Formats: sequence, structure tokens, C-alpha cells
Amino acid sequence: MQELKIFLRRLKFIIVKEILATIKDPRVRIILVIPVIVQSIVFGYASTYNLDNVPYALLDHSRSALSAEFAARLDGTGIFHRAATLQSSAQIADCIDSDAALLVVVIPQDFADRLHAGVQAPLQIITDGRNTTTAGIVAGYVGSVVAGFNAALHDGRQLLQIETISWYNPNLITRWMFLPAMLGLLTFIQVMILAGLSVAKEREQGTFDQLLVTPLTPGEILLGKAVPPILIGMLQGTLVLLVARYWFAIPFGGSLLTLYLTLFIFLASSVGIGLSVSAISNNMQQVMVYSFVLLLPMVLLSGMATPVRNMPEALQYATYANPLRFAIEAFRRIYLEGCTLGDIAFNFIPMLAVASVTMPTAGWLFRNKLS
Amino acid sequence: MEKDFAVVAEGLTRTFNDAAAHKKIYALRDVSLKIAQGRMTALIGPDGAGKTTFLRMCCGLLRPDAGSLLVLGRDVVRCAQEIQSRISYMPQKFGLYEDLSVQENMNLYADLHGIAADVRQKRFARLLRMTGLAPFTDRLAGKLSGGMKQKLGLACTLVRSPELLLLDEPTVGVDPLSRRELWEILQELVKSEGLTVVVSTAYMDEAELCDSVIVVHEGAVLTQSAPQALRNLAAGRCFRLQPPTGVPTRILQACLLDDKQRVLDAVPEGGVVRFIASDESELRDLDVYKYFAGLILTRVEPRLEDAFMLLLRERSGDKFNNESFPIDYRSGFSVGTDVDIEVRDLVKRFGDFTAVDNTSFNVRRGEIFGLLGPNGAGKTTTFRMLCGLLPATSGSLSVAGMDLRRARNQARANVGYVAQKFSLYGNLTVDENLHFYGGVYGLDDARLDERMRMVKEQFDLAGVGETPTEQLPGGYKQRLSMAAALLHEPKILFLDEPTSGIDPLARRTFWRQITALAASGTTIIITTHFMEEAEYCDRIMIQDQGRMLALDTPAAIRCQDGRHLPNMNEAFIAIVERARAAEKGKL
Repeated sequence: MQELKIFLRRLKFIIVKEILATIKDPRVRIILVIPVIVQSIVFGYASTYNLDNVPYALLDHSRSALSAEFAARLDGTGIFHRAATLQSSAQIADCIDSDAALLVVVIPQDFADRLHAGVQAPLQIITDGRNTTTAGIVAGYVGSVVAGFNAALHDGRQLLQIETISWYNPNLITRWMFLPAMLGLLTFIQVMILAGLSVAKEREQGTFDQLLVTPLTPGEILLGKAVPPILIGMLQGTLVLLVARYWFAIPFGGSLLTLYLTLFIFLASSVGIGLSVSAISNNMQQVMVYSFVLLLPMVLLSGMATPVRNMPEALQYATYANPLRFAIEAFRRIYLEGCTLGDIAFNFIPMLAVASVTMPTAGWLFRNKLS
Repeated sequence: MEKDFAVVAEGLTRTFNDAAAHKKIYALRDVSLKIAQGRMTALIGPDGAGKTTFLRMCCGLLRPDAGSLLVLGRDVVRCAQEIQSRISYMPQKFGLYEDLSVQENMNLYADLHGIAADVRQKRFARLLRMTGLAPFTDRLAGKLSGGMKQKLGLACTLVRSPELLLLDEPTVGVDPLSRRELWEILQELVKSEGLTVVVSTAYMDEAELCDSVIVVHEGAVLTQSAPQALRNLAAGRCFRLQPPTGVPTRILQACLLDDKQRVLDAVPEGGVVRFIASDESELRDLDVYKYFAGLILTRVEPRLEDAFMLLLRERSGDKFNNESFPIDYRSGFSVGTDVDIEVRDLVKRFGDFTAVDNTSFNVRRGEIFGLLGPNGAGKTTTFRMLCGLLPATSGSLSVAGMDLRRARNQARANVGYVAQKFSLYGNLTVDENLHFYGGVYGLDDARLDERMRMVKEQFDLAGVGETPTEQLPGGYKQRLSMAAALLHEPKILFLDEPTSGIDPLARRTFWRQITALAASGTTIIITTHFMEEAEYCDRIMIQDQGRMLALDTPAAIRCQDGRHLPNMNEAFIAIVERARAAEKGKL
């Protein structure tokens, strides 16, 4: 009991010291708050696959009432805007190359005749494949216009109709998928660097030796170094959450408690990685280099932008060591789907595993760094 | 007339902005002086007096804010380029390329200065002979000892023959033997080439070798004169007092310093205490006579250091705060028999480099134990192993009965530690730092408040409690480091080069505190590169190139080969020369 009291008292002193040392600098205070807000807003606007303005060019060989009606349907969507009306197929290449249009719709000469005859009429769509994502989405949009046109043509007699409903994100807005992921990404970057710099900075300034000769145990130093970045990360996570919920008005479907518990476990594993990097580095410059070497692959393997299940199998296994992957998955499911603790409990295991390896490693390295 | 002077300064002023404290700092304030051609001139003064600023201005590296400065008859602002081509400057940290060999470093500097190949060969041969580096031309500069590095720096500075040579503290942290050799080189150059040399130094014995001495303090010139004339300032006021057996010289020195009215300065030296009296007629009334019987007083010739201390004391008034560290001069002063620190066959290797070789010693309770040696001798490595900051390669060590590295953390609560570099948190205030260290050493709230108040009073830190420590001047930082290390009243105090870079008056105060701590039973382990500070220690260990050369009381160490040497510097030189001769004998 007495020992626990002493332990808690020493812990209090080192945590207070760490927080003071971090936030005393007004510049640091700004760096901890403003970029998170700005980045989550910028990301919310910038990271979207949705297209709401598609310039297209029309090459109408048919020049019939039906082709004019089809073109009118395209223009009527509000998404397609005719950038050019072409006269010959020689103009197509120039139109795409110059980015004047994302797609060219070519209506063949016998378009109306074939439709009247009741046979299939092919319609040619040329898209800009330099960006496969937009090309695919554009082709999909045209497909739905064609489906509508077909339905109207057959007097509303529809034999088969596909009605797609996307759960949790009914309008398939990419922002909805990105912002919960930002919760993981932004806190991860800042917390890892914050934890990474903390020990290296003390080594550089000579204060770490002074700390090592005090009666503090490596465990106490470790906790003292870990708690403040976790608290700061929780605060930053709250900021991202507020931006997502109130600036972008993305409905929050889950429980805040579950979300914060996940954030806490995730940040503990991030801090562990940061402190390990810090413990092997001699100075702050090395920390920055190591951090960036780690950050990019971790972000790529997180499934934030590209689904993990599309990756080669070997890489999929590698993602198990990446807490960011499981955090992003969990945040999305809690935020959009409203998952309960039981649904995402599995995600905690890899994160806890990373934390339980990196934290003791960092603690051991404090005193036993190879010189 | 002006042609006889290499440097002429008129009303020279230079300020720097201290961003942290938001104020202007005068590095030099209205300095006027003349430095004669073909002579050696020493700039002496405490750290931060403005010596480096002045030398850098002479090279045209800094512009004066006001006043004029002529170097070799040219204005430094308008003719910086021309001046730079005629002078050589060796900064405190000379830019040697550590991964290049001695020869390659010299070639590089010769290339930079465009020295022709035929001139080069002759010049190199001479420089290598003078510096004694000829056998080591293939060795990497990074693997040279501190003294050899400085000599190589000097050789690189002198690859061409300048008209004026400026040296900024060329011997700081260099062993006494190398210091002596460096000065022999300088003297030979002045004689053979008619070179003008301006050298800044913290060592008074070096200044004595110069033709003229300029004393700088807080950006102003206190005086400029020949060493002899300067010495005479203290004429008739210097005495030595021999303590009775059983009384350490540091106790007698502390007692003299406490007698502020009658004593201006006191320093232990060669088994006696040398002091400057404020008035010769009051000698009989000295407080020391009340406490000690059998004192032997003799008059001594003044030295440059006496005059220097006198000037500083007159300038800065009373800086000693001895009342907070009272010593009971009537009690006995003997070191106990309990052993606090025990070291057996300690070895530390970094790769194939042996930093500490087979070292054994023990330290008794209440003893002041000094680790002496030049930079790179292995002092700091030994010291860091003792504190548990560095694992030993082999051997055993125990501090207060435990190896601090493996000990349960409570063992460390008995130890206080002051690092060489200021290592408290710069952006936290004095109070926040003290509060943190007190807290982690386990003081409860009431005790913590009380101790904080006490150490702030003892170390003159009242009034700066709310100041972030990075904004404190150097002297305050040193006192704060001591205060933080003593908050928890440790039984053992480790001090790593605590006196480097602090002014001589602050050094007196510091040693007065250490004397008081030891008298009250604290064991003190201290490293220093100032050989004369060995006189404060009960026993000292001298290291050179990782080996332990001597371990004994200062008195025994001063007595080498049956000769009684006057001071520690000469004892060190004798010991190192003997060790090196023995080494050669073995080969």
C-alpha cells in the first residue's frame, strides 16, 4: 500500500513535469491544436471520389430525335455538362488530351434505326483512363443514365430493376469514409512524433541523465513519458470528431465510450512505437528520420484509402503489426455502423500486442541503449 | 606611431540581443586599447567577459556597433578581406576534420590557403617537428588526445606565415604537459618569425609568459600592463598560512574566506593556504587565530593571479555567501573509515578503444575525492559508470553498497548528481524544476516546501523562482544545479566538471560550499581539469589516456621522486612524463 502511494506520487510528479514541459511553449500549443483542425477540414473536402461536375463531349453521328433525347437526359442529370459538341472522330483525341472533357459519348449513325427496329444499339463511351478511379465512376454514371433511357423507351415497362442501397453511407459519400479514418491518422502522426521527440530531446539537452540518476524506475519514466502524449492525442481526436460531426454533419452512429476506449488503446500502441523510436535515437533529427520511414508504409498499409483485402497476401499479414489498420477499421465501424464493444473487440488484440511489445522495449532501452 | 601597433581599438562597443530574456547584452562596452607588434599579448578575464567577441571582431567576423578597430593598420569593417588574408585565427573549437588523418588535415588547410608545394614541404616539416606530431601523420585527427588535437589545430592555423596570430583559449581542457609544449611553440614562433600573438586564456601562469596582459571583465578593459606591473598591484598583501597537522588546507581556506573584512581571497596550494589580506596591519586579528593554534604565517611574492583576483573583487564587491553554509571550525576534521564507494578492476571499452583501463579505488565517507586529468583522460567515463549511467565492460563497483545500475531504485535516493552541462528543464521555471526533482526524490509536501525554501536561500536563488531556467545567467544555472542535487540531502554527491566555465569568484564560493558539505559528512566525488583544484580534495586520482597514473593525497602526489613540487601542474607533468618513459622502456 505504502509502495503504491509512493509510486503514484512519483508518477504524478513526472506526468505534471512532462505536460508542463510540452505545453509551456506557446508555439507547441498552437502546433498541437490548429493543424489537426485545419487538416481534418482540408481532408474532408479534398479526399473525395465523388464527382459532381463531369465535362463531356458529344459526337452525334445519328442526329435523330432519339439521340437528342439521350443527350438531353445526360445534360439533365446536373452532373454532366457538355464541354463540346464534336463534328468528327478526329477531334476525340484532342478533346481528351487537353482535359476539356472527362468522357466522350459517341452515338453511331444507325442509333435511331436500330432502336426503332427493336434491336440493340451500341453506344460508345471513351473515358480518360489516366485516372482509373474517375474513369470508372464516370462510366458508372453513364450506365445509370442509359438504364433510365432504356426504361423510358419501353414505356416504363421494366422487367428487371436493380435497386442498390448502401448501408451506413446511403449516398456513398467518400468523405464519410475518410473522416473517421482521420481520427486515427492525424492523432497517430502527432502522437508518435510527440512521444518520439520526448526522450530524444532530453538526451540531446542532457536532462535524461539527470532523470536516470533519480529513484524513478524505468517503468515510472515510461508511464510519465506515455501518459501526456496519450492525453494530447485524446484531445486531438475530440477535435477531429467535432469537425466530422458538426462541420461536415456526418451522423455519428456509435457509442462515444466505445470510440474513446478504442482511441485510448490505439494511442497507447502509437506512443509505444514513438517511445521505442525515441529510445534508439541519439537526437531529435534521427527521430524525425525514423518516424517518416515508418509513417508512410504504415499509412499505406492501413486500409485508409485502399482496401486491405485487395493487397497481396503477404502484405495483408504485415498489416497485423500496424495498429493504424485496426484503429481505422474500428473508428469507421463505430462511427458509421454503430458497432458495439463486442463487435470490434478483435481489433483491440493486435493493437494491445503492439503496445505490450513496444512499451517494455522502450523502457528497457532507456537504460540499456547500445552506445 | 600607429604602425607599431598590430591592433588599435577606439571606443569599441558590441551588443547582442538576448532573445530569451528580452534584453540587450553588452559583450564589449567602449573598449579602447592598443596591442604592440611583434609581442605576445594575453587577454584574461572570466568566461563571458568579451574575449571571444573581441578576437572575432579583430578577424572581421563580427562588426562593431560603435567605435573603430584597426588591425594591421586597416579598418576591420572596410578591409575585412585584406585583414583576413594577413592574419590567422584559431577559434576555441578548431574545425579539424576528425575522419581525416593529421597529414590530410594539414594538406587541406594548405590547399585552402593556396600554399605552393615547395613552401609547403618546408613548412610542414617544421610544424610537425615543433608540435611533435611527426610520428602520427597517418593517425586520424579524431583519435588524437585533446592536447594533440589542439597542437594539430595550431599547426593547421600556421600552415601559412601570418603577420598576426589570434588564439582563443587554445589550452582549455588540455593537460599541463601539452599546455607547456604549446606555449613553447608560440614562444619560438614569436622569436624566430617576429609574429604578433594575441591569445585569450583562463590560465594565469600562461598570461605570465606574455609581454603584456589585458584584463577584461564584463565587456570592459580593467587594465592593461606588463605582467610585472600587474603583479605589483597585490604587492605586500600576499601571505601564506600553514595549517597545523590534521587540519585540511581547505578548512583553513574556508575559515579565511569567512573573514570577509580582512581577507580578499584565499586558495589552498601546495599544502598551505595562500591569501590576500585587505590590510597588512590587521593580520593579527584574523579569525583563524581564534580557531587554530600553531599556524605559521609567511609573506610571499605576489603573482598575476593575486592581482587578477584583487581586480575582480574590487569590481564585483562581496559575492561570497558563506553564512548559509556554516562550518564549525572547532570540531575535528578527520575522514571516517566507512567505505562509501568501492571500485575493483573497472574497465570500459568502446569498440577497440579503451576509455578506462583496470581502475581500482575506494572512497570513504565524508571524503572529497577528485578525478583529475585532461579532457579525454577517462574521467567522465569513470564518473558515468559510478553514477550508473554507463555499463562497465568488466570489473565491479559499488556505491553505498550497491551497483547503481542494477540497484533497486531506492539506492539512488542517496545520491545527488550534477552534470557537466546544465541539465535541468530549460522551459520550466526554477520552482517547477525544484518541485519536480524534490517530488521524484520522494519528499512529502511539507518537507518539499521547506527544502525548496532552504536551498533557494543557500544558493542565492531567491527572486528567480518564477524565471524559466533557460533565461538565467551562467552563474545562476550552476547554483541551481547544485540546489536541485542537494534538495533531498544526499549522502553522496557526484559533480562532473562543476567549475568549468564559471568565473574565479564563483569558483571560490562553490568550493566553500563543497568544503562545508564534506565537513557535515557528505561524500563528494568530483571531476575537474583544473589541476590546482586537487588541493581541495582529500585524495585524488590522476588519469591519462584511460589509465590510472596516481592515487593518493595531494601532498603525496606533489612529492615525486623524492622532490617536493610546488604545485599540482608540475606534479602532473612529472607523473605523465614518468609514465610515458616507462611505456617507452617497455617497448
